[in-house]
Amino acid sequence: MIREFSSADILFIVTAARWTLILSAIAFFGGAIGGLLIALSRSSHSVLLRRLAAWFIQVFQGTPLLMQLFLVYFGLSVVGLPIDPLLAAAVALTLHASAYLGEIWRGAIEAVPSGQTEAAKALSLSYRDRMQHVILPQAMRVATAPTVGFLVQLIKGTSLASIIGFTELTRAGQIVNNATFKPFLVFGTVAILYFALCWPLSLLARHMETRMRRAITR
Amino acid sequence: MTDSAIIMRAVNKFYGDFHALVDIDLTVGRGERIVICGPSGSGKSTLIRTINQLEEIRSGTILVDGVELTAGGDNVAKVRQDVGMVFQSFNLFPHMTVLENCTLAPMKTRKIPRAEAEATARHYLERVKIPEQAEKYPAQLSGGQQQRVAIARALCMKPRIMLFDEPTSALDPEMVKEVLDTMIDLAQEGMTMICVTHEMEFARAVADRVIFMDKGLIVEENAPEAFFNSPKNERLKNFLGQLA
Repeated sequence: MIREFSSADILFIVTAARWTLILSAIAFFGGAIGGLLIALSRSSHSVLLRRLAAWFIQVFQGTPLLMQLFLVYFGLSVVGLPIDPLLAAAVALTLHASAYLGEIWRGAIEAVPSGQTEAAKALSLSYRDRMQHVILPQAMRVATAPTVGFLVQLIKGTSLASIIGFTELTRAGQIVNNATFKPFLVFGTVAILYFALCWPLSLLARHMETRMRRAITR
Repeated sequence: MTDSAIIMRAVNKFYGDFHALVDIDLTVGRGERIVICGPSGSGKSTLIRTINQLEEIRSGTILVDGVELTAGGDNVAKVRQDVGMVFQSFNLFPHMTVLENCTLAPMKTRKIPRAEAEATARHYLERVKIPEQAEKYPAQLSGGQQQRVAIARALCMKPRIMLFDEPTSALDPEMVKEVLDTMIDLAQEGMTMICVTHEMEFARAVADRVIFMDKGLIVEENAPEAFFNSPKNERLKNFLGQLA
């Protein structure tokens, strides 16, 4: 019944890690688009847009990611879509990432001194040109390090998708553990793989932060 | 009417309950050079910032080169193309080189090709006497040089009116002169200018009219000679006394 923890199991876990990466990538890029829209709405002149964006952020920051996954997963069938763990996890994590990245980037946009917007307006630059050429490039410098930091959180957050039955890294570990009953060994392996994904990114974020601090004091 | 660069009629501006501009009437002729002074909080910066709508007004009308600023449409964009502004804190774009600072707006809003925009930029950098700094970033320049870049950047849009909002207040004393010289140059070429400044030497040298503001009102205006030598208003007398 209970078999040994073999190299085939390790291979199974390692290949499942690609789903963690794919899910993270979808959520990150989806969240980048959503986050930009949220950040621009939050810093816009329209009261309605600002309120909507603030409300969106509060909902997604004020509820557990696990509940968001559940609601999207079971919500799919309510709106008549097939219950698909990948789709549900991708949608939920994208919304989640949109809220967090939106808040990080709003802060970065607001950190750009107001004189920059005034100078750009005085030169008759349109909203689009002001954002694209003046404000966002400067905001990006401030935002890069916390954005990479959030990406690390997001990668770890994808582990929750295992609970709705999506076979990524954590779920693969559970499957192997059920067969071998070597929890310490199995989840140790899983943890090492997460660490191998996240640690370089954490280093990168720290490196960017130091560089950024140097750029400011220059 | 066509002889006036700027006409402000019964302009009122509030910040919350604070009445920042009170029934301002001001007409600026083409080629006229005006200096506005007054204590801090008197509304002098606010006044020139309403001319390119960095500040929106509550009531009244502002016409710039015959275009009514508050009439909606793309009037604001039109007016801003014709009105250059120089700020106390320079507000250069720190992530762009001096040349890029000068070419961005002409290329984006006037749709001028890059080569032509760069030629224009180099021409104006020559005029403000820093052609050799074109490839540098703002942070590599001194305050005086940065402010001259800011003047060149505004000129690259070929404005018909220039607004200066305390352009020398953030500068070390030894750099004030190079910026004032640039502004005097500009004045001598017939540019319509409104300058908020406390540099009274500059006012004497180039102004056609000096305006004193206090508590959101234009209290006194006169030619520099009369303004400085025979001020009528008590508050202006006090103000001039403090400057001396």
